[in-house]
Amino acid sequence: MSAISLKNLDISYGTTKVVQGVNIEVAEGESFALVGESGSGKSTVLKAIAGLAPDWTGEISLLGAPRGHKVDHDFATRCQMVFQDPYGSLHPRKSVDTVLSEPLMIHGLGNRNARVIDMLAAVGLDQRFRFRFPHQMSGGQRQRVAIARALMLEPKVMLLDEPTSALDVSVQAEILNLLKRLRREQGLTYLMVTHNLPVVSFMCDRMAVMNKGRVVEIAPATALHDGSFTDPYTQTLYAASGGNPKYKETL
Amino acid sequence: MTNMQSWLLDDSPQSRMQANLGNSYRMLRALLRNPLAVVGAIILLVLVFAALFAPWIAPHSPLGQDLGARLLPPSAAHWMGTDELGRDILSRVIYGARITLMIVALVAIISAPLGLIIGAVSGYFGGWTDKVLMGVTDVFLSMPKLILALAFVAALGPGIENAIIAIAITSWPAYARIARAETLTFRNSEFIAATRLVGASHTRIIMRHVLPLCTSSMIVRVTLDMAGIILTAAGLGFLGLGAQPPLPEWGAMISRGRTFILDQWWVATMPGIAIILVSLGFCFLGDGLRDVLDPKQEGKS
Repeated sequence: MSAISLKNLDISYGTTKVVQGVNIEVAEGESFALVGESGSGKSTVLKAIAGLAPDWTGEISLLGAPRGHKVDHDFATRCQMVFQDPYGSLHPRKSVDTVLSEPLMIHGLGNRNARVIDMLAAVGLDQRFRFRFPHQMSGGQRQRVAIARALMLEPKVMLLDEPTSALDVSVQAEILNLLKRLRREQGLTYLMVTHNLPVVSFMCDRMAVMNKGRVVEIAPATALHDGSFTDPYTQTLYAASGGNPKYKETL
Repeated sequence: MTNMQSWLLDDSPQSRMQANLGNSYRMLRALLRNPLAVVGAIILLVLVFAALFAPWIAPHSPLGQDLGARLLPPSAAHWMGTDELGRDILSRVIYGARITLMIVALVAIISAPLGLIIGAVSGYFGGWTDKVLMGVTDVFLSMPKLILALAFVAALGPGIENAIIAIAITSWPAYARIARAETLTFRNSEFIAATRLVGASHTRIIMRHVLPLCTSSMIVRVTLDMAGIILTAAGLGFLGLGAQPPLPEWGAMISRGRTFILDQWWVATMPGIAIILVSLGFCFLGDGLRDVLDPKQEGKS
């Protein structure tokens, strides 16, 4: 059974078709990357899976169950999303504690104090951050909170929308290591959007390259080492990102 | 004392209660650092105090007439003089604080939440909901406040309760507009999207996530509007459509004093000063609150 399965997925915003004919299968426990330049529709695919872009046709199923077009309650316990900008994805007036307890409250889960404390430890945040507000934390700390919020309901699938691109380089490495560790510990499936190829080779098993709303190639992440891409667009993208075995050293 | 303070200002509070108390304490300190806000708060405390303890503070009865002592100028016996029926104006002003406070509190309780919810719902859902709700709001906004209040009072009959209802009905549209504008700025933001993905209902998002972001600007706006509300109430009283005699409402008192304004200036002036002071108090406090209520302002200025 695949964790995420997209069949003939077309997504539109109003009358504009943004994504066309996407077919992707992500296996359970896999880490899969969506790569492409800005405006290629990769974030839109994530939004459609999450339910934030309801205007789609085709088929989306998650852990074997097809999903409807709206945000739904049960779906939340199986799949969560981490957003790109940790400055915009946390409520400015809510403390870390409130943000992390809320999913538990909505789903009627008990033992909140212990769960919040455990989760803070799991994402590597000191307990003294528990009652802090977003403006009292750095970007990296905020992103840890956002990841913690997504994990509160113990989902199996995580949608990551460029989780590190708003952070500076040293913090990026920390967050990537955190994500990698969490995946190993909790057996998560990742679907990650990024335009940073080194991140893909560090984090992911396979990747789909998107261009102008279509998937042009699905390749194993190892292709980033040997450059064995078949599609001309992918080859250009690979070359443009300094596509030779040397870029691995820039990690 | 120092212990208490360091507990409140603890960088890493141990419990939710400590964190909340600490935040309130920080806000209070920031407010106390603003001298004008303190002046405003003192004026309002005096108003509340006068309203609560009117029977003990007032030197005379607010209603008792003494026709032998009519229109006496301010003196040691009557600090603010007496009116045309020989009633002590100071006592009437003190008792009038009760009416003023009641008007202000009731209007705030009725109109602010009403406007807040209508605005937030309208901004959050957008589309047809927005069009209908804002259409209604615009209809109310387009009518002059005092005239609309006059029409309501004329229809419902004069009296303090009807004046309050009339003022409340005419003051919510401004709050609805502000709440809607605020809501629009973050309805598509990622923290709202993230909350939806966690499985929160629309009601929960509006109540727990949208409203808290609107309330601070709303509180400021309400305190600043208090002056206007007092003036409208006084205006209705002045026109004889608000509080009815012999209730010591400030506006009505000015209206009665108008007849003697050239020879016995104190009859109209004293309640006028009370209105000005209280309006100023609310304005000062409102300004102070605006600076304090934004948590991002912490530490700045």
